[in-house]
Amino acid sequence: MGNQISLLLVVIPLIAAPIAAVLPRGRLPWLLACVVASVCAILAGVQLWNVLNEGTISYELGGWQPPWGIEYRIDALNAFVALIVAVIAAITLPYALLSAEQEIPEEKIPLFYSALLLCLTGLLGITQTGDIFNVFVFLEISSLASYALISLGKDRKAFTAAYQYLIMGTIGATFYLIGVGLIYSETGSLNMQDVANILPSVLHFRTVETGFAFIMIGIALKLALFPLHLWLPNAYTYAPSAVTVFLAATATKVAVYVMLRILFMLFPQGFAMTTPAEELFIVSGIAGIIIASVYAIYQSNIKRLLAYSSVAQVGYMVLGIGFASVAGVTASLIHLFNHALMKGALFMAIGAIIYRIGACRMEQIHGLGKAMPWTFGAIVVGGLSLIGVPGTAGFVSKWYLVSAAIEQQAWISVAVILFGSLLAVVYVGKLIEALYFKPVSDTGKAVREAPMLLLVPMYSLVFANLYFGLDTDLTVGVAQQAAAILGGIGQ
Amino acid sequence: MIELPPFLLYYAAALAVAFTRGLQRQVILLAAPVVTGLFLWLFISPGSEVTFSVMSFELTLLRVDKLSLLFGYLFCIASFFAGIFSLHVEDTKQHVAGLVYAGSALGAVFSGDLISLFIFWELLAISSVFLIWARGTERALKAGMRYLVYQVLSGVLLLAGALIYVSNTGSLAFNHIGLDAGLAGWLILIAFGIKSAFPFLHTWLTDGYPEATVTGTVILSAFTTKVAVYSLARGFAGEEILIYIGVTMACFPIFYAVIENDLRKVLAYSLINQVGFMVTGIGIGTALALNGAVAHAFSDVIFKGLLFMSMGAVLYRVNNINGSDLGGLYKSMPKTTLLCIVGALSISAFPLFSGFVSKSMVMTALMEEQHGYFWLLMLFASAGVFHHAGIKIPYFAFFHHDSGIRTEEAPPNMLVAMAVAAALCVFIGSQPQFLYALLPWEVDYWPYDVTHVLAQMQLLFFSALAFVWLNKQGLYPPELRSVNLDAEWFYRRLLPAGAQRTVRLLSDAQRSIVTTITTRVQGLQKEFDKSPMSKYYLAESWPTGSMVFWISAILGIFLLLDLFGLGR
Repeated sequence: MGNQISLLLVVIPLIAAPIAAVLPRGRLPWLLACVVASVCAILAGVQLWNVLNEGTISYELGGWQPPWGIEYRIDALNAFVALIVAVIAAITLPYALLSAEQEIPEEKIPLFYSALLLCLTGLLGITQTGDIFNVFVFLEISSLASYALISLGKDRKAFTAAYQYLIMGTIGATFYLIGVGLIYSETGSLNMQDVANILPSVLHFRTVETGFAFIMIGIALKLALFPLHLWLPNAYTYAPSAVTVFLAATATKVAVYVMLRILFMLFPQGFAMTTPAEELFIVSGIAGIIIASVYAIYQSNIKRLLAYSSVAQVGYMVLGIGFASVAGVTASLIHLFNHALMKGALFMAIGAIIYRIGACRMEQIHGLGKAMPWTFGAIVVGGLSLIGVPGTAGFVSKWYLVSAAIEQQAWISVAVILFGSLLAVVYVGKLIEALYFKPVSDTGKAVREAPMLLLVPMYSLVFANLYFGLDTDLTVGVAQQAAAILGGIGQ
Repeated sequence: MIELPPFLLYYAAALAVAFTRGLQRQVILLAAPVVTGLFLWLFISPGSEVTFSVMSFELTLLRVDKLSLLFGYLFCIASFFAGIFSLHVEDTKQHVAGLVYAGSALGAVFSGDLISLFIFWELLAISSVFLIWARGTERALKAGMRYLVYQVLSGVLLLAGALIYVSNTGSLAFNHIGLDAGLAGWLILIAFGIKSAFPFLHTWLTDGYPEATVTGTVILSAFTTKVAVYSLARGFAGEEILIYIGVTMACFPIFYAVIENDLRKVLAYSLINQVGFMVTGIGIGTALALNGAVAHAFSDVIFKGLLFMSMGAVLYRVNNINGSDLGGLYKSMPKTTLLCIVGALSISAFPLFSGFVSKSMVMTALMEEQHGYFWLLMLFASAGVFHHAGIKIPYFAFFHHDSGIRTEEAPPNMLVAMAVAAALCVFIGSQPQFLYALLPWEVDYWPYDVTHVLAQMQLLFFSALAFVWLNKQGLYPPELRSVNLDAEWFYRRLLPAGAQRTVRLLSDAQRSIVTTITTRVQGLQKEFDKSPMSKYYLAESWPTGSMVFWISAILGIFLLLDLFGLGR
């Protein structure tokens, strides 16, 4: 039973998706999606538990033996990422009900949940599979679903945003596919384990290096590495609130996972050192942290502000990868988890504001903190976590990142990480100032607190932010174990 | 024996205050410092320790010796009179922020390791900014933001310094650090330096404090800089550079304080000047000097609190705190006037008032350690204190020409708070043995001998004479509504202006380059339009095109670097 969980995690949402599409309008599709997401979260939890206790799990699809058949191969690293994706989905879906009813035309709601489940299928599939071509397939499933989801946004600009993301995302995926093709031409295999065994003997071919370059750049676009982030602000800003929450907390995280897997496990130990990949990550990470944070300060749309902040946060994760050390990758993974918590909570709070006033521009939210104290509280905690104040999850990330940078004697990176949190103070401060200290407008006085159905999921993430700021056994423990698995990290 | 980190009591009080109103809340506000003070007095003795493990680190949340205990008592006293002073305030966020702030200050002085210190350091920053923002004016919001950025900067420097320190020495304990610790030492020193308002790093104080609420400034003045003084005394005692910094801090604010019009800002400058005496004492590093530094911190919190309270009372009644608009208020606020004068005498170090018994220790230590020139500079600074804080504050607010303002006496709770502080000033000044018994280092010192008293009286009387003479001659800088340039000009004017100019230059350059290219391209375009290719021309929107450009550029760079083996 134990190793079938990996397959169930992909199959259950995949089967549920078309069912949700044909269910009658009303709340049934939502209910189905909710149940499916919760089941997935439980399964992912069990899977992580199994992996931590019993070691790597392998499942052969259709009974075909690897390397000919597709293999699902689960270790602490992907079980961890799958858990993040599934849990965020299980928390986002209850939240989605009200905000989707308000933002999406009624006849499209079954399709909305269907697309959301497909997106979940794709993201979970990427984490489960042990086959590099299969990764591409799931990448496309999740991407196509997310283009559809983004285009459902209320603003007409959502179409343009989705279209742009479609073009750019496809370019990224194509780059990835070209890279996979090049590697296949040299190794003749697509199974990660098998490719990893063959690669050392063919490393001297330029084809392999070129393939590596294509894969890196393709994934870099998917994880919104600066300056390949241009699709992200529009996509996050104009997507429906629930979609923004889900994508911001999961999509880029899964791309980071793929990056780690390929960089340190597919390619042999020390290979990354011989390519410019690490320099690329450190330079873009640093540029991303600073430039995207500065952009965030000057945004007048709060969703966009947080979107730029996400680009900056991706910079932190990439910086950790760029150190190419166990400590660096550990920090990166910890931040991956914690960032899902903080951005999830923040985007949910913004979604609650949009639910009440139908807008999210800086000047329209003046003084709303007093009318919506709980939502405001969530923004304060999420913001503090984003800054990295002690006692919140963000502090744990900052701590491990700075430690990893000091270990590498990378003083510029240390300075940039710390400077980045100063910039975060400014943009979070702007948000809090507008919400709480600006005088309330007349329309703002009539606003009521968000309904419980929005507050409960929001606060489950808010408390997670505080909990994982104090108890770091799960995050740090699993991240360290996962980083240790990536044998290809140079010492 | 109950061992419990005292900050927990304050945080509990902050929580309770958030959910109570009226009388209940007032009781909690006063009970928090009293209970905590008694708790410190009865149950906590040097050597107590509480540890807590988090993130595989052992954090020492309570480490007690005489130094931390002295600051513990001080913070309870300060938050007691600040509590009375703000009893009338109904704004929940100010009370909560004030209690969390005071609690974090207690947490910081009892922290036994650098991580807990950093945690409270950040909490101090975040809780205190609400006292500025609570004023609600546009100016206060902006000043609060600048204040917060400075404070968080100090926090991140401390974090970086602590991490480097830990990786070098393997120890988290917060004891003597010293500049021998290299980069870590410097980073931590600068972090402490920002909070204790070193020259050029001081602008957050003179910028932020005068913008805070009436009660907020009183609370702010007690904690942030004193926590920094405590940390310096523990981590950097005897570093010679602190003498130079301290003397500079004691001297330069005098000039600003004399010409400043906003009387609360005058006090903010005077705060830096007083911290200068403490930093000098820490820099000298002998037992007498260190005792002097912390004793002066003790008396400074009380008399500076008293002065800020009296100016707060004026602001509360008159809604104006500019020296140029006030005057003659002694007629309406006689009690406030009297209490303000007690504070003024204390800060000027008149014998029998608290400033005298603590400041003279630093001065004596300077002489004993053969720092003659510095001693002279400090004498100048002492005379300056008397000028701007001792005379100017009461004179321009309560006497001077009659401004015609008639108002009421300060509310009773403010008067009580000021009376408590004033009584403490006189008590410490006349019975210094009680303060001396609390001091951390063993020293046999008594301030009341002929030389000290005479020297101080001469200094004060000649200083007073100078003020009177300058005033009579019309040479004393008049109170004007003006803006005085301070170091903040660099980031509030020069940097934005410089950035604008750079941006303009860049955009000019870009425009000329773009024009050149477009004229060229237009030529090609015309050719292109004539060709059959033209009908396949597709207009592309900006991000997509730009993205395609970036992805190909990065791929190209990556492959080129790889080709030439530059990554190796």
